[in-house]
Amino acid sequence: MPFRLIRQGFSSGPPPRMWRSQPLKDHYDVVIIGGGAHGLACAYYLATEHGITDVAVLDKNYIGSGGSGRNTAIIRSNYLTPEGVLFYNESVKLYERMSADLKFNVMFSQRGHLTLAHTDGAVNTMRRRAEVNQLQGVDSRLIWPDEIGRLCPLDLSDHPRYPILAALYHPPGGIIRHDAVVWGFAHQADKRGVHIHQQTEVTGIHVEGGKVRGVETTRGRIKTGMVHNATAGWGSTIATMVGLKLPMNTFPLQACVTEPLKPFLNVVVVSGSLHVYVSQSDRGELVMGASVDPFASYSLDSSLDFLEGIAGHMLELFPFLSKVRVLRQWAGLCEMPPDYSPLMGFTPVQGFVLDVGWGTYGFKASPICGKTMAELIASGRTPELIAPFRLSRFAERDLVGEKGAASVGH
Amino acid sequence: MLILECPNCGPRNASEFRFGGEYKPRPQDPMAAGEEEWVEYLYMRDNTMGVQKEWWYHNSGCGMWFLAERHTRTSEVLKTYQWSSDTASGDV
Repeated sequence: MPFRLIRQGFSSGPPPRMWRSQPLKDHYDVVIIGGGAHGLACAYYLATEHGITDVAVLDKNYIGSGGSGRNTAIIRSNYLTPEGVLFYNESVKLYERMSADLKFNVMFSQRGHLTLAHTDGAVNTMRRRAEVNQLQGVDSRLIWPDEIGRLCPLDLSDHPRYPILAALYHPPGGIIRHDAVVWGFAHQADKRGVHIHQQTEVTGIHVEGGKVRGVETTRGRIKTGMVHNATAGWGSTIATMVGLKLPMNTFPLQACVTEPLKPFLNVVVVSGSLHVYVSQSDRGELVMGASVDPFASYSLDSSLDFLEGIAGHMLELFPFLSKVRVLRQWAGLCEMPPDYSPLMGFTPVQGFVLDVGWGTYGFKASPICGKTMAELIASGRTPELIAPFRLSRFAERDLVGEKGAASVGH
Repeated sequence: MLILECPNCGPRNASEFRFGGEYKPRPQDPMAAGEEEWVEYLYMRDNTMGVQKEWWYHNSGCGMWFLAERHTRTSEVLKTYQWSSDTASGDV
């Protein structure tokens, strides 16, 4: 990598393109709606593992402009249900070798992940999560204030309103550069012949006799027999185009960053009771997020309510941050299904598959979602790993109930 | 900041209210409704991007559950009103 950088520094031409813009063909074998980490990962795995390269990835904006570029970039696998733990653990394994796979540095920093317990009830839940995690071979254990104090400078005194009794410590958890994940997948998919179409909004989907025939976009019509809905926030809007109603509601989730500070926080800290998660980026900024907004909406506006709330909660944990200023605040859209587990796989409409309903936890699952959805599209069978997340689970009354899905507030 | 007009108390800050989800009538005859109808009622959502009829609860005020018509993109509240069998039947 450094040699390539130096060589580029001495050449006069423009830097090489990560991906090209291609003319829109009138037919593709597979059309993926949504150019985020999920959609691009699926295109990448379709091309590399299944030899399907006649693929179009459509995004109404630029790639990575939705959830993939708006999350707080936390990766972990210390979930509550065995299904969840298995699934996210596969994802962590793919993230671990992603820089080598994609030949692009995604800056995965496995710095450790702490989920704080402020009540006896929470300590019991953490203990249960640690046991479930260990049974699945995931490094995760309960630690006490003395060890917490060695890992990060939290306020561990007896006085706070939310005393820190214990924490679930998950050493392989950490943060990553989320844009790099999107760009890496896009670069490798493009190299193998996948067409990435930005600024291309899907306006309709043609269905005839219960089968998908094509997609209508703002740049023209595409004939295809396979449409993959890999959007976040607008999953219901796309599903409506094939006459399908989905069990989820769209909520905004806000996050913010502070001005850069000297490095002092070397782990990701999460508090469920206080609705806050925070990590310090390589630039020194504190990246913070909370739970979803209190009412359903498609708005990407920032609110003062959120900022006041998160500032108060941060000061409970780190009182010495009281003079730190916030630089930026933004929102992303999350689709929340009633059991906090995603919707993946086939639908009653032939040729229309889903990878939606990812709530507040979609980014950390993207490589394994791409891999399993590619397998599903190529083989026509549902991989075992994602079978619990099928859409028909609601009619079969077989809900998954992943309350550890976002370690913050449900 | 979203301002909602409670039919009882007048315009108030949204933080006084609790959001109750999109408006969805229960199956007309609960005993006769089949499995499919109940699954539809319990889980499936329109998740409208546009004007949505929805429930709100004035939990820091009079305690009334009422209906609002709100644009989910702009958060503009078109109207709020008390539920009655007449007001509830019309589509948004």
